[in-house]
Amino acid sequence: MKDLPISSPRSSTPPAAAQSPGLRATLLLERYSVVILALLLLVAIPAVSGSFRLGLFAKYLSFTFCAAGLVLTWGYGGILSLGQGIFFGLGSYMMAMYMKLEATSADPAAAVFGNGGPPVPDFMTWNSIDKLPWWWAPFEHAWFALPAIVILPTLLAFILAYANFRKRVGGVYFSIVTLALASIMSIMIIGQQGYTGGINGITNLPTFMGYSVQSDTAVYVLYYVSACLLLVAILAGRFILKSRLGKVLIAIRDREDRIRFSGYDPALFKGFIFAVAALFSAIGGAMFTLQVGFASPSVCGIVPSIEMVIYAAVGGRLSLVGAVYGAILVGAAKSFLSENFVGFWLYLIGGLFIFVPMFLPKGLAGVIEWLRERQGAAQ
Amino acid sequence: MTQMILSVENLTVSFDGFKAVDDLNFYVEENELHVVIGPNGAGKTTLLDMICGKTKPSYGTIAFKGLNLERMLEYQITRAGVGRKFQNPLVYEDLTVAENLELSYPKKRDVIGCLFFHRDETVRDEIDRIAHMIFLADQLDRKAAQLSHGQKQWLEIGMLLMQDPELLLLDEPVAGMSAKEREQTGALLREIAKGRSVVVIEHDMEFVKSVAHKVTVLHQGKKLAEGTMDQVQNDPRVIEVYLGH
Repeated sequence: MKDLPISSPRSSTPPAAAQSPGLRATLLLERYSVVILALLLLVAIPAVSGSFRLGLFAKYLSFTFCAAGLVLTWGYGGILSLGQGIFFGLGSYMMAMYMKLEATSADPAAAVFGNGGPPVPDFMTWNSIDKLPWWWAPFEHAWFALPAIVILPTLLAFILAYANFRKRVGGVYFSIVTLALASIMSIMIIGQQGYTGGINGITNLPTFMGYSVQSDTAVYVLYYVSACLLLVAILAGRFILKSRLGKVLIAIRDREDRIRFSGYDPALFKGFIFAVAALFSAIGGAMFTLQVGFASPSVCGIVPSIEMVIYAAVGGRLSLVGAVYGAILVGAAKSFLSENFVGFWLYLIGGLFIFVPMFLPKGLAGVIEWLRERQGAAQ
Repeated sequence: MTQMILSVENLTVSFDGFKAVDDLNFYVEENELHVVIGPNGAGKTTLLDMICGKTKPSYGTIAFKGLNLERMLEYQITRAGVGRKFQNPLVYEDLTVAENLELSYPKKRDVIGCLFFHRDETVRDEIDRIAHMIFLADQLDRKAAQLSHGQKQWLEIGMLLMQDPELLLLDEPVAGMSAKEREQTGALLREIAKGRSVVVIEHDMEFVKSVAHKVTVLHQGKKLAEGTMDQVQNDPRVIEVYLGH
């Protein structure tokens, strides 16, 4: 149960008897990082938070999925994606589409519109669209919407990545492609107001599969679902990194030109890990919509995508668990600062983007690692 | 007649009009250790690059066991049984010696296979066996980045052995090595060459003499001479190219 499986040399661990309390603490922190995170998420935080705070915390938690995905794709795969918001947005919007149709069919007033066909969501009628678009229709069913949230972004990410990497478009060029797509995504959502709700997003989503998502109980239930999904994602990420595939990824990151001559097709591997990261983001997006009750273009454009990269960088882009802390810390700091010092947040995030790669290239997880090594050396 | 494992015919590649390899015919027999020599810019490395798929030829064919390599991608060529060692040792620096060897194990190189790959007894034994051969048995848990230049060369040779190719392409395997390392590498190469075909590019004539079955001399992208080391050394055209100017 040790985080940072690649960067912690076993040989530097002195025998238990000779360890100072400080070293023992950092070693435990590393070894049981997932257990500690699980205790924190499942026990400590719900115990000290009321339902309002827990709801707020759940919002930060949905962005941790993106940060964890970035550890895989950026930290290990070497693919810096500046467009995780795309997949977060897809997950979020597909969830919102399902919830919106559910809300609409429950609303007797909405049945008036729709020209005898299925009822049409309110924002569509405001935009004089009186027939439900064909691509909206299947999202009426949970059995379609839920698998779609998982499958569509993953598939899209794989196709996008594989097409680029097969043509050997990589590195900074691929980052720019993802950046451009994130921008296109938010522009399209804002532009197609009649189909997407435009700048307002899709709002008024009170229920999911018949259950209220706004009650106090729902806040707790959704929080626990989020936390458990996150832990599953982290364990899955660790499994990938510890497998031979994880080593292939590191090899690709360091020497992509060489791995082909070991008989591997790097485009497939990079496509795979990019798709996994997209899957994580989409799950985060869907949980986001369930918990905050709306989907908005403000969570799928360039700015949120870059913020996600900063979450991963602050937490440590080589540590799945570190990235989770990074996302929570920076997310909380963002709410606090943007409420209390309006406008300051953008400067701070710019500063973080410069400061962290320069002085903390491995983020918070790197600090723990450094402490362990320093204390180990002092013995 | 002995079976040809590799037949390169009419091979030409031009970079912006400059023909690095020009209408070259080149054959390698099974179990042959074939050395390619020639002055700088003769097209030696380009020839190996084309065989392993790194560079696509402008014209000509490369036949290997009935496959047309010139139409295949690098990883497909590797899987077909061609192994390449580069001039500067290219190893995966962030992985340990054992992991470098494990990655080169020639099975389950697709995504799903890798995800559920298990380093079982066979693989572990193979890693140990090869680590002994390349003098790195006591370095298995070290990161490749911490190895010396010569050790990296050995590791890369080891990775190729793990791959177990039928045709091995070596680009200056003793470059940058001390006299002692050179001797060990020579012995290693003779060991490797058993049961497979090897193409080696080398400048060190003493080394060539000690390992080569057959020597091809390239000059300005064309074949200048071919034969045993003695024949080649006494060929007036070869003497001209090497000493004439």
